[in-house]
Amino acid sequence: MIRNIPKLAVTILALAISIPAVVLAEADGKWLHRVPDEDHRRTNPVAHQPQAEAAGKVMFAENCAKCHGNDANGLHNRPSLRSERIRNATDGDLAWMLKNGNPYKGMPPWSSLPEQQRWQIIAYLRTLPPQK
Amino acid sequence: MRCQSFAQLSLLALGTILGLTAPQQASAQEKPYFVTYSADLEEPGNLEIALKGLTASPKNANAFVSPTIEIEYGATAWWTTEVYAQGQATENDSTVFTGFRWENRFKPLPREYWINPVLYVEYERVSQADKSILEVTGHDSIARFQVNNGQTHGIIEKSIEGKLILSSNFKGWNVSENFIAEKNISNEPWEFGYAIATARPLVLAASSHKCWLCLQNFDAGAELYGGLGTRYSFGLKQTSQYAGPTVDFRTPAGVTYSFSPQFGLNDNSIGTLWRFKISYEVQQLRDLFRRSK
Repeated sequence: MIRNIPKLAVTILALAISIPAVVLAEADGKWLHRVPDEDHRRTNPVAHQPQAEAAGKVMFAENCAKCHGNDANGLHNRPSLRSERIRNATDGDLAWMLKNGNPYKGMPPWSSLPEQQRWQIIAYLRTLPPQK
Repeated sequence: MRCQSFAQLSLLALGTILGLTAPQQASAQEKPYFVTYSADLEEPGNLEIALKGLTASPKNANAFVSPTIEIEYGATAWWTTEVYAQGQATENDSTVFTGFRWENRFKPLPREYWINPVLYVEYERVSQADKSILEVTGHDSIARFQVNNGQTHGIIEKSIEGKLILSSNFKGWNVSENFIAEKNISNEPWEFGYAIATARPLVLAASSHKCWLCLQNFDAGAELYGGLGTRYSFGLKQTSQYAGPTVDFRTPAGVTYSFSPQFGLNDNSIGTLWRFKISYEVQQLRDLFRRSK
């Protein structure tokens, strides 16, 4: 068994590298149907506050831009955050998505980021123009 | 390999990576824990390189320093894989490479709950001279630090280890509990241990400008861990137990510094452990190999 461990390690590492390419599918919006009504109806306590939007911009650059792009238009098949779907989603929907993520579609949960910071990011997302 | 070279190699590797990689962001999800795992996995595509160190001066034994290099990769949003290489240098004794570990963490549930589980599986091949104390299991005690490296370095232990990681986030606080079960592949009984920790950022709302010394870049907390004996003698008797405060500081340049003094809670434990960690996250490593936007 021990002799096989290097082979097993190589196989698992190869999987580790290749699986993301398969799993990283484009967002299909199905997650919106999983948002409970209570979460869907939540409102952003810092909406339209310039201070919160500025903080959200900093947080976005630090945590989100690496996957969704500095312009939030999406990178490497990862979804745009300026799309019609995101613009039509409620603040509560986005808060639910940030908290829970969509792990089997490549989006990690951000539940350990304080809730205030997640609302700041959402406030910033609302300042972005529609996707061209 | 001599451990002085190992420590130098660790620093050189870390320095090279820090020097070659453009400034990026540190992970805001990082926790200041040294032994306890939270449910946070490495973000998919990110590679974290860390140098974790421990130094102590046990009673009736020589002082030592034990560096561990960690390379952690977020394979998917539900799977993180990590390799460790570790060594130690003991005063008036020698410096030795003590072995490696390979761990995997899996998040089985697709959404967040009040308590979030993560499953951990590890294979390790470590000599008995190891002093990294990455966890405490069985009847681990101060006595093994009083034996010189010549007697223990040649004895290699191959083990598998499982952990159940439970973690909750509430109003900025993270509370994590780990239950550890370890089995030497040779004919030895299952050994058990635990680790509990909590931490919180110093402020919950982010600053509206990018800054180094903003309180949001600091986390503070506490950690408690120790052995729980073996299958045949379960409990806290004849085990080592440690507790202490812990802090970390995430710089906007992408490096995170963590520090923790930890104190032995019984006679089987070392009086004080000084732990430190320097980590750096290479963001979206796999994007470097992609052409299209």
